[in-house]
Amino acid sequence: MTDITISDEDFQKFREFFYRKTGIQFESTKRYFVDKRLVERIVETGNENFRGYFTLLRFQASGEELQQLTNLMTVNETYFFREEYQFKCLVESILPEITTRKTDHSPLRVWIMPSSSGEEAYSVAIYLLEYWAGINDWDIEIISSDIDTRILTHARKGLYSARSVQELPAKFLLRYFKRTEEGYQINEDLRQSVEFTRVNLVERADTRAYRNFDVIFCRNLLIYFDDISRKAAAETFYDALKPGGYICLGHSESMSRISSLYKVRKFPEAIVYQKPMENR
Amino acid sequence: MKRILIVDDAATVRMFHRTILEKAGYAVEEAVNGIEALEKCLQTPFDLYLVDVNMPKLDGYGFLQELRGLDIPQAPAVMISTEAEDSDRNRAYAAGANAYLIKPSKPDQLLLQVRLMLGESLS
Amino acid sequence: MAFIKKQTSESINEDERTQPRDCENLVIQLDSPDPVARRWAARDLADCPEASSALVSRLNRESDISVRELILSSLTSLGDEVAVAGLIECLRSEDVGLRNESIEVMKHLPDEVSPIMQNLLVDDNVDVRIFAVNILESLRHPDVESWLIEVIEHDQNVNVCATALDLLVEVGSKDAEQPITRLKARFTEEPFIQFAADLALKRITEA
Repeated sequence: MTDITISDEDFQKFREFFYRKTGIQFESTKRYFVDKRLVERIVETGNENFRGYFTLLRFQASGEELQQLTNLMTVNETYFFREEYQFKCLVESILPEITTRKTDHSPLRVWIMPSSSGEEAYSVAIYLLEYWAGINDWDIEIISSDIDTRILTHARKGLYSARSVQELPAKFLLRYFKRTEEGYQINEDLRQSVEFTRVNLVERADTRAYRNFDVIFCRNLLIYFDDISRKAAAETFYDALKPGGYICLGHSESMSRISSLYKVRKFPEAIVYQKPMENR
Repeated sequence: MKRILIVDDAATVRMFHRTILEKAGYAVEEAVNGIEALEKCLQTPFDLYLVDVNMPKLDGYGFLQELRGLDIPQAPAVMISTEAEDSDRNRAYAAGANAYLIKPSKPDQLLLQVRLMLGESLS
Repeated sequence: MAFIKKQTSESINEDERTQPRDCENLVIQLDSPDPVARRWAARDLADCPEASSALVSRLNRESDISVRELILSSLTSLGDEVAVAGLIECLRSEDVGLRNESIEVMKHLPDEVSPIMQNLLVDDNVDVRIFAVNILESLRHPDVESWLIEVIEHDQNVNVCATALDLLVEVGSKDAEQPITRLKARFTEEPFIQFAADLALKRITEA
């Protein structure tokens, strides 16, 4: 074991720094959790104490260590219906607002990024089928993208562990999945409802053709980017959205650390960000 | 307990104001810029806003303009600025500020303004 | 079921830009009346090494915030002398938004900003000195602490010192202990300086 300790003043200093950078505020009750991870990284990076490590965190040119640590401080697990309140917000607030102001009958377009193994995109599809009356009146396109082609193959296949579907009501499991020896597989209809594509979000050539979306989900991704890439991603989304389009970020993420291009919107279920209707 | 939102990008300034206001019996929350402040007041509106001028992403003027356009219960805002000129003062009022303090703030002046704005007795 | 899925090539719209993408043309596009065209031009000019002066000149006239953000991103990625000189001029602008955006950009250019930092920190204009300290807030450069110490030792303006002190609460080491103590003695009438100095000293000694 190590005898590195984090003093009260160190903790305060770290807490303020991390809050400024990420918007995540640790309560004192999280002290043990935070200390443990800090000590882990102090040892891992070959530092002798908090001071040396904090200097690395604050001044490292690449900013890599801050990203490493952020990774460690935030649990990122993907499963069906994760952060369900946002899907609820989609069907109960966002889509009704869009369809009310829409003047044509073109399809509604949703972009989900990163797709990872597809849980989020299929969750949206299920949610729309189950809870959105407009599904009978509107065409909807769901596109989900990731940088990693292997994970996209996995997503298209739609095969999941019991753990990943455990938040789903049993009736949905019966309705949309096939039980196989390897796990639960999304049925063919649903698999056909989502388009999976490979995109590197910070590569201009990759994102250029992504336009005219009504809603973008980008949850728990930008927090792992450095400041510049994060801002570039927000700008990419701006061009990918229709005027008045919406972005949903992860629960611990906030546009306040990223960009001032969007309006903050509060719906009963969640805070989301909206591209202004007209150019300012 | 009256709730006050401190909007300032400088951590030490937020702490300084928090210490003064908590000692005087107010509940305090913090935001590092105008966007975070909007997020917080949309969640639960405050009784008073203490707003710095220069902040990244969305500055104090921008925040006040947005705040005043929101469909939430409105509350007074005290703008805190390093600028002592009339033009800056007028700009703050035009953006929606109700009082204007010069930085670095003094605890007694701050509390006086806060109480005035909240319509509380000054004794 | 009303989900529709077209083939990839169709579901993603064809590139809507019509103009050829050479650098000269992009500079012309930068003055297009259409903000969308300006935005794409600003974005693509990140790949044109000579584009900084055109971007800086547009930045000063550009009123659409979404275009401005992209100009600033491209200037960050170009990050040359012309870009930095243009950004520094923005610090003197009356436009708070533009000033803050330039500060944000310069935080990400430690190598380009560091040679001129010393001059910025002793600029005649108090606001410019405060903004220079603001740049240091996130600047990943080894001299940040010594620059801040210089400021609190010599700057006569309380708000410049207060801004520097705020950062020293975060980055101050033993080297800052004496200077902070002297600053405290210089501004005995300023409760904020007393508060922040005590906090900084506590952080330094109790860490």
